[in-house]
Amino acid sequence: MVLLDRNTLNQMFEALAESGFTVIGPTVRDNAIVLDRVNSINDLPVGWTDDQERGAYRLKQETAGAFFNFTNGPHSWKRFLYPPQLTLFNARRRNGDIELIPEKPTDEKFALIGVRPCDLAAIGIHDRIFLKDHHVDTDYRERRKNLFIVAVNCLNPGNTCFCTSMGTGPTAGTGYDLVLTELFDEDQHHFLAGTGSVAGTKMLEKLSAPPASPALLHHCDEMLKEAATKMGRNIRTDELADMLRESFDDPYWQEASAACLSCGNCTMVCPTCFCATVEDVTDLTGETATRVRRWDSCFNGEFSYIHGGILRQSTLSRYRQWVTHKLSSWEEQFGSSGCVGCGRCITWCPVGIDITEVAGKFWEKKYPSRKKAATKRQQPREVLIPVN
Amino acid sequence: MKSVKKPKIAVWKFASCDGCQLSLLDCEDELLDVVGAVEIAYFLEASRATIKGPYNISLVEGSITTPHDAERIHRVRRVSKHLIAIGACATAGGIQALRNFADVEQFTRMVYPNPQYISTLNKSTPISDHIKVDFELRGCPINKYQLLEVINAFLNERQPLIPAYSVCMECKQAGTPCLMVSRGAACLGPVTQAGCGAICPAHQRGCFGCYGPKEAANPFALAEYFKGGGINDEKLVRLFRGFNAFADPFRQESERRQSPEPVRD
Ligand code: SF4
Ligand code: SF4
Ligand code: SF4
Repeated sequence: MVLLDRNTLNQMFEALAESGFTVIGPTVRDNAIVLDRVNSINDLPVGWTDDQERGAYRLKQETAGAFFNFTNGPHSWKRFLYPPQLTLFNARRRNGDIELIPEKPTDEKFALIGVRPCDLAAIGIHDRIFLKDHHVDTDYRERRKNLFIVAVNCLNPGNTCFCTSMGTGPTAGTGYDLVLTELFDEDQHHFLAGTGSVAGTKMLEKLSAPPASPALLHHCDEMLKEAATKMGRNIRTDELADMLRESFDDPYWQEASAACLSCGNCTMVCPTCFCATVEDVTDLTGETATRVRRWDSCFNGEFSYIHGGILRQSTLSRYRQWVTHKLSSWEEQFGSSGCVGCGRCITWCPVGIDITEVAGKFWEKKYPSRKKAATKRQQPREVLIPVN
Repeated sequence: MKSVKKPKIAVWKFASCDGCQLSLLDCEDELLDVVGAVEIAYFLEASRATIKGPYNISLVEGSITTPHDAERIHRVRRVSKHLIAIGACATAGGIQALRNFADVEQFTRMVYPNPQYISTLNKSTPISDHIKVDFELRGCPINKYQLLEVINAFLNERQPLIPAYSVCMECKQAGTPCLMVSRGAACLGPVTQAGCGAICPAHQRGCFGCYGPKEAANPFALAEYFKGGGINDEKLVRLFRGFNAFADPFRQESERRQSPEPVRD
């Protein structure tokens, strides 16, 4: 473990750019901390933090100049590893035949700065889905191949975070090249940095930073341990998958989904949701066609269209499908929960529906006497600005 | 080379502002392709010359508001193989359907010095209330790429790729942070059909609902949430009474907000 300061961290940005990486990290735009290109430490959300609750996110400028004193925003890294829209191939008519023209995979190399432990786990889930066995997603493979990941541990979990429950944070597990813990107070601004790969070690060598003292390492450990107890949400995962598997006819789904708009926001912001549709676009003469892959959602009617009809007509059936897939059937399918506890779907549901509350209800119903499973908080009821 | 007979397209106007027809003219570069692929046989907005029917595709803009138009639309149907209603007027009655919630005679008396010469219907209604429509392309105005896609699909005899999901789907794919969540703005995106590319949220304005209700829309739940955030019933009525005021889910919601106790159906 070594200790970086602002300047050495900035040198890392330069070193990555020199090695041909497109550097992506958190930055402030449109009242939120989003993920986009960052050229230096100055593009980071310096001094910014956020308040999050179900259906509410407010950006706040803090006087201090910390770089990573916020939790996840509306974007997740899947935007870069599994883009919202992707051309798969083109086709054209030629001498009465159809010629397929493959689309060249991107040769862009991404460096991701500030990947939180929950999101690191989400990338791990996508790796399993897209790279394992015969069903390899070639575009994902190319994007993943050259990835450089700088993880950042979470010292201040947000109100909608519950990575402790899901076993994914607030300390980064595996899968990073470098991991940082930001140490910020009146008299210091440092980043404790550890490596997780050969590429990471090489990077640290380039930066020539001093080693961290054992006392500091201990202090950091203690802070992260404390952070694990500061989650704004939690769910009990023991027995949850079984409970949900048996919940199909449970009348509670009616109540749980009554406020749902089937808008799809939860699936769009979720770092593990990866459903997509493929569309063929033709030109007017019918001579050429393009096959495009686009993010889709189990909340869309067309998503469950099967020869002649939409299978999941009601919002109830769509909401139930989403929750039970995330927290139950995903385990049978991919060997882990489909939820990493990032809290995005709670914050970014426009009407503030809370997956931990819903999951908690099943638990409470089964064991009424036990400790409440979900932390329920008052939703902030600010006056909305009407559009007209 | 044998000469291929190009399919004929006609564009018809009923009660409307011409904005949707302009979307076709706005296709500029693409228009050359359109003209190459089809014969624009009847399009008074673009050319005086007209060619007699029958037509392969008729694009119908505007709603039915007069007895004369209610009769004319049947003639259009008879000369059209495929008939596509374009825009909020043709698919939902348009902004002029606000009259459907009021007394039209009172309006005509207010607006015209000699109301006795005005021959108008009580309601502004969508084309599908009068004849069979092969496809409805939503929007106020329609999106030109969606229009090209629909023409394209009919020419190539395939299903048009016009998703019925929410504006949020486009908003999130574009990467715009949700305005409801980040600023507490009222946005109709979650109950409105996609198609515009979520332009308003990208410019920090809530969605106005120009593309009408999405499939399986839940305006009741959205309205209840707005109400909890301080938007009263009177404002809610106005929120849902825009260009698609007469589209069923929006109409029901605005009428429900006018009744003393809003209850879910
Ligand atoms: S289900 Fe919600 S909390 Fe879980 S990973 Fe997805 S967005 Fe995050
Ligand atoms: S749970 Fe919320 S974000 Fe998800 S579809 Fe329903 S209303 Fe939209
Ligand atoms: S800004 Fe509007 S359209 Fe965009 S996600 Fe939020 S509610 Fe949906």
